[in-house]
Amino acid sequence: MGGGILTRMGDGERVELDEGEVRRELLDGTRDAAAKGKIPELEASELDQLFEIFAEPGRIVSVPPGEELVVTDDAIADGLVRSEADGGAGMPMDRLACLLAYERGAAADTACTGSEDFSFKPVKAIIDNEMQSQYTRMLSMTIPLFYGALPNLGLYFQPDGPYPNFAELMPQGKIDEARKAQEDAAEALKDDMIFVGERLNEMGCEGLNFDTVASTGDADFYAALEAVRALEKSCPNMPLIVGMASEFVLGMHGKMTFDGEQLAGMFPHDQVKIVEDAGADIFGVAVNVNTSKTTPWNLSRATTFVKHTVAEAKIPVHPNVGMGVCGIPMLLETPIDCVT
Amino acid sequence: MPIAHIMAAGMGGIRASGDLVAWMQMTQKMKLPEAKQYVAEKLGVSILDLTNEDVMYPLREELGIGVVTARAGGPKGILAKAKIASLLGIEINSVELFKRTLAEIG
Repeated sequence: MGGGILTRMGDGERVELDEGEVRRELLDGTRDAAAKGKIPELEASELDQLFEIFAEPGRIVSVPPGEELVVTDDAIADGLVRSEADGGAGMPMDRLACLLAYERGAAADTACTGSEDFSFKPVKAIIDNEMQSQYTRMLSMTIPLFYGALPNLGLYFQPDGPYPNFAELMPQGKIDEARKAQEDAAEALKDDMIFVGERLNEMGCEGLNFDTVASTGDADFYAALEAVRALEKSCPNMPLIVGMASEFVLGMHGKMTFDGEQLAGMFPHDQVKIVEDAGADIFGVAVNVNTSKTTPWNLSRATTFVKHTVAEAKIPVHPNVGMGVCGIPMLLETPIDCVT
Repeated sequence: MPIAHIMAAGMGGIRASGDLVAWMQMTQKMKLPEAKQYVAEKLGVSILDLTNEDVMYPLREELGIGVVTARAGGPKGILAKAKIASLLGIEINSVELFKRTLAEIG
């Protein structure tokens, strides 16, 4: 190492940059976000602040006292016991023990739990079990406990679901059929999310987390917005978080609208407006990471989107800072020097 | 990774006041500065002290809203949340159900 600034590429590889290179990456990152989102670039003082963060010699970086924030998550405590290869630690604990360890051992501000699959569709079949376990956990926990699930519209298409697979229809030129399949699937998804939400509300659910919204594009987003609007009316005491899948709503359908607004092509500052109009209480902004760019570039770019989104929002905004979003490198074991 | 986020930038949960500020964001849609200000006023502390364990631990113990260490008989869980709802002047869904259930037994 040559005494430069140690940082990472978007895929986690360690690189060493000199001061000028870090500053250029920061400037290029904010310019890219500004050009794509048609939003203001970061100001010079903000780029200086980001530079100071990267230039700090310590491995872990924190915030000044008084500038801390509330942390929400997508069932991180469950990860202690879950056994999937992409995040579960597989420890022999039950979920309540995981959550209490998270509350009292890790001092989390909030917690979230959900089914093993973490999508709404399979929860419908086991809703009574989920209600009972969530109710038991809420009795024991002091911090707010969300129930989380993904809309995950993809589960509604053949062979996993009943509707024709739009991804197979589109290459065949069957665009109208592909759109109809997405519209039908979105209605079924909306109904399932409302069903699950209303049942959870019956046992006093403290919050419902719509996670990774629009992962299947604009029809997925439409279904989530419709469900949020319905649940905001039928369950007014159950807070709703909508966390996005990416910075840009993909137009897999292309013509889906909500309140007359086209959903395809929305950037975070547009997403937050429609999410708050639907009735959500907190918005989770997601900004994609480019794995072949540096972390200074990615973080500057993400900060540009997040800053403008917060400025546009009337509701709280919680940036999604997991693997591969909002500047965090895209790898399983995310390096602490770039997480903090 | 999430624990790194919590340590680097979080509000400390029940070690400090993270849960209280979270409730205001969740139930009142308050953005962060407003939520912190509201909680600080309700607790009678400065915003800086919202994450000061030296202030928050005895205050949470005094208010009976749950502390991070074991305190047999001291409020935790739903009982602490009922006190938090009362302290902050908000309705918490689980607490409302709990109160309705208690009302049935008089």
